[in-house]
Parts: sequence; C-alpha cells; structure tokens
Amino acid sequence: MLLDTLIEVSRIASAWAVPLLVLGILIAAGRARVPVYESFIVGAKEGFAVAISIIPYLVAMLVVIKVFTASGLFADIKWVLSGLLQMLGLPQFSETIELLPLALTRPLSGSGARGVLIEIYESHGPDSLVGRTASIMMGSTETTFYILTVYFGSVGIKKLRHTLPACLIADAVGIAAAVVVGAILFG
Amino acid sequence: VLNRVWFWLFVVGLVYGMGRAVVHPLIVDPPSTTSDVVAGDTVANGDGDSVADDPQATVATSFADVGTQLTNAMIDASRSAVEICIGLIGIMVLWLGLLQIAQDAGLVDLLARWLRPLIRWLFPGIPDGHPAQGAVLLNLSANMLGLENAATPMGLKAMHELQRLNTTPDTATNSMAMFLAINTSNVTLVPIAVIGYRAKYGSEAPAEPLFGTLVVTLLATIAAVVACRVLEQLPRYRTTIDDNSLAKES
Repeated sequence: MLLDTLIEVSRIASAWAVPLLVLGILIAAGRARVPVYESFIVGAKEGFAVAISIIPYLVAMLVVIKVFTASGLFADIKWVLSGLLQMLGLPQFSETIELLPLALTRPLSGSGARGVLIEIYESHGPDSLVGRTASIMMGSTETTFYILTVYFGSVGIKKLRHTLPACLIADAVGIAAAVVVGAILFG
Repeated sequence: VLNRVWFWLFVVGLVYGMGRAVVHPLIVDPPSTTSDVVAGDTVANGDGDSVADDPQATVATSFADVGTQLTNAMIDASRSAVEICIGLIGIMVLWLGLLQIAQDAGLVDLLARWLRPLIRWLFPGIPDGHPAQGAVLLNLSANMLGLENAATPMGLKAMHELQRLNTTPDTATNSMAMFLAINTSNVTLVPIAVIGYRAKYGSEAPAEPLFGTLVVTLLATIAAVVACRVLEQLPRYRTTIDDNSLAKES
C-alpha cells in the first residue's frame, strides 16, 4: 500500500536524520576550518547548567499536575457527562465523550495522556472511530504545561503574559479540529 | 497568572481528591474500581511524569488509601521531575556542543537566511542575522520531524538567545510567546509515537492518522499565530515598556 511505503520511508528518514545531520555539520565545519573539538566544548559547557537550573520549575509543575490528575476529577467529569447524555437520550454522542479525558489530560501530562489513549485502544480498538480520532488528537497536540515550564524555567522568566492563553487556544483548536477531522475522515 | 494557575490546580486537586474519597463509597456505580497503581511507577520518560498513572485506574477504595495515593503522587512526581532533568543533561551537552560547531561553521545563519521572510514575519522582534533566528528555526524543524531528543536542547538554546534580546528579564517577550505557541502546536509530519502504539495494540492500519494529524496541526498552528497576534495587542498583556523594547529589538 502507498501509505505503508510512505510510512516506511519516513521512519527510515527519521531514524537516519540525526546521524546524517551530524555528518553534515562536521563536513561543513571541516570545510570552514572550524576547530571542531574546541567549538564543541564551548557549546557543551552551557548544557549542564541549563539542565540543572530547570529542576525547581519542573518539580513545582509536575507535582501539582500529578496531584490534579490523581484526584480523579477528569474520570468523574466523563462519567457524569456520559450519564447525562444517556438521560437526554443522545447515546450517539457518548462515544465522543470517551475522548474528553484525553483532551483534558493531554496539555498537562504526556504519560497520563498515553495511559488514557491506551485505555481507549483497549476498550474500543485502535481502528474504531474513537480510537482513530484519539490517535489524531494524541499526535497533534503537545504537553503544553511541560514545555512552558521547561522553556521559561531555563531562562528564569516568571511573567508569561499572553503565552499561556495563546497556547491553550491553539490546543483547544487542535482538539476540536481532531474531533471534526476524525468524523469527516472516518465517520 | 502562573501563581493563580498553580494555586488553583493544587487546591482543586487536593480538595477534590479528599471530597471524592468521602463521597465515593456512598455511590453505587463507580466508573472503575481498580486501585493497584499506587506504588512503583517512577520510571521517568522524556515527556512529563512517571509512567502508568492513568486517571481511570487511580480510583482507590478506602479513605486512607486516597490520602496515601495523593502523597505518593506528590513524591513520585518530584522524583521523576529530577530524573527527567538529570536525563536531559547528556542530551543537552551533546546537542549544544554540536550546535556550536554548526554555528561556527555558519550553517545556522545559512538556514536562517533561506527562511528569512517567514521568520521576519513571525518574529518581528528578532533583528536580522541574530543567532535567535537560526535557533528558533532549528527547534521548529526538529519538532516537525519528530526528533524529540534534539528538539528540547535546540528550543532551550533558542529561549536563551531570545532572552538576550529581552529588556525585561523576568517577563516574556512577544517573540517568546509566539515561539512557544508555535512549538506546542507544531506542524507534525510523522507522529511516530502514536503509530507505534497503534501497531502495538493491533491496528490494521497503524499509519492511518498521518494525514489527519497533518491537517489538525496545521490548523492549530494557524490558530496559535493568530491568537498570539491578537492577544499581544490587548491592554492587559501589553508590557509598560513595550514600545521602547520593540524599538530596541527591531
């Protein structure tokens, strides 16, 4: 199948991207007569300090997110909503509600979202409408809070201004688009 | 904003967990009743917290269990946060070293020159020829190709360069907000991880969401750019010295 060949090609390309990139950098550096070893050390020295300086920010953020997801709030919201839909006689939407915990967990926690995704695969199958839509949702959004914490933490910025609302708007658009695109492609 | 978000997430999480523990035994039909995930899930991965903490499975039975569970959640999370950072050191050192070579060889500037019109339009606050242009581009392209290991060091390098243009060191600039909004909604060519999970759970066409993901991420990225452009104009997000710093930046 065409799609499978495409995937195979992109998987190989992705596996070799880093080695080829490094080779390319080295060749270009050799041609430009850069002292490669010294240059590497100069850049690499920054790495240690940056990684360590993120720790307090990441601990603060991950602890609160873990407590929040462990409280069971998202599972309950889904449970209440699907009960409501049953009562209103709209059971055809109750499948879509299965996606709600994934949509809510995704910006907060990467591994939490993975847990929800795998649970959807196990209960509905990866090739069901819910499973396919969940795949799109998972693949097209990022762990926003983790990224904001690490990136801003590394330079010590504490006032984010409009960054968080802008990121959350983009996430909301992505999640809504995933549901719509899933329904159009697979519905 | 961050203070309030942090406070409310924490308080709501704790209070809700407590309330749930009180109410839960009284409800007849709980969503799920497995409670065997409390201990031993501290394996760090590059993307957040420990493995195996899906919210469905964390429904505990007794009041004391829930307390233990919340305590463990906090301790586990703090431990895995440190493990993630320690795990980052090696990758950071490697990639920042390689990036320095690329920069000294003039490759980063070359890349920035090719895509100059795009980057000028997205980040008017970065002056032409500044190393931030190249670093931002490198991070966004690594993200696009799904090279997660390379993306984080390049992104942190980009933040560092953007911070050097910042006249108010504790406050985010427009360029930073735009960079992160695009980064978190980034156009994805190959969602490798999701394809892997689908194959593992017996999908007949693991690569099926490829096209859908591309469309959705395109839409989300457009939304991110528009949201940034609109929000940065709002009075409540304008910095007091904005015009000054913009003039200096551009």
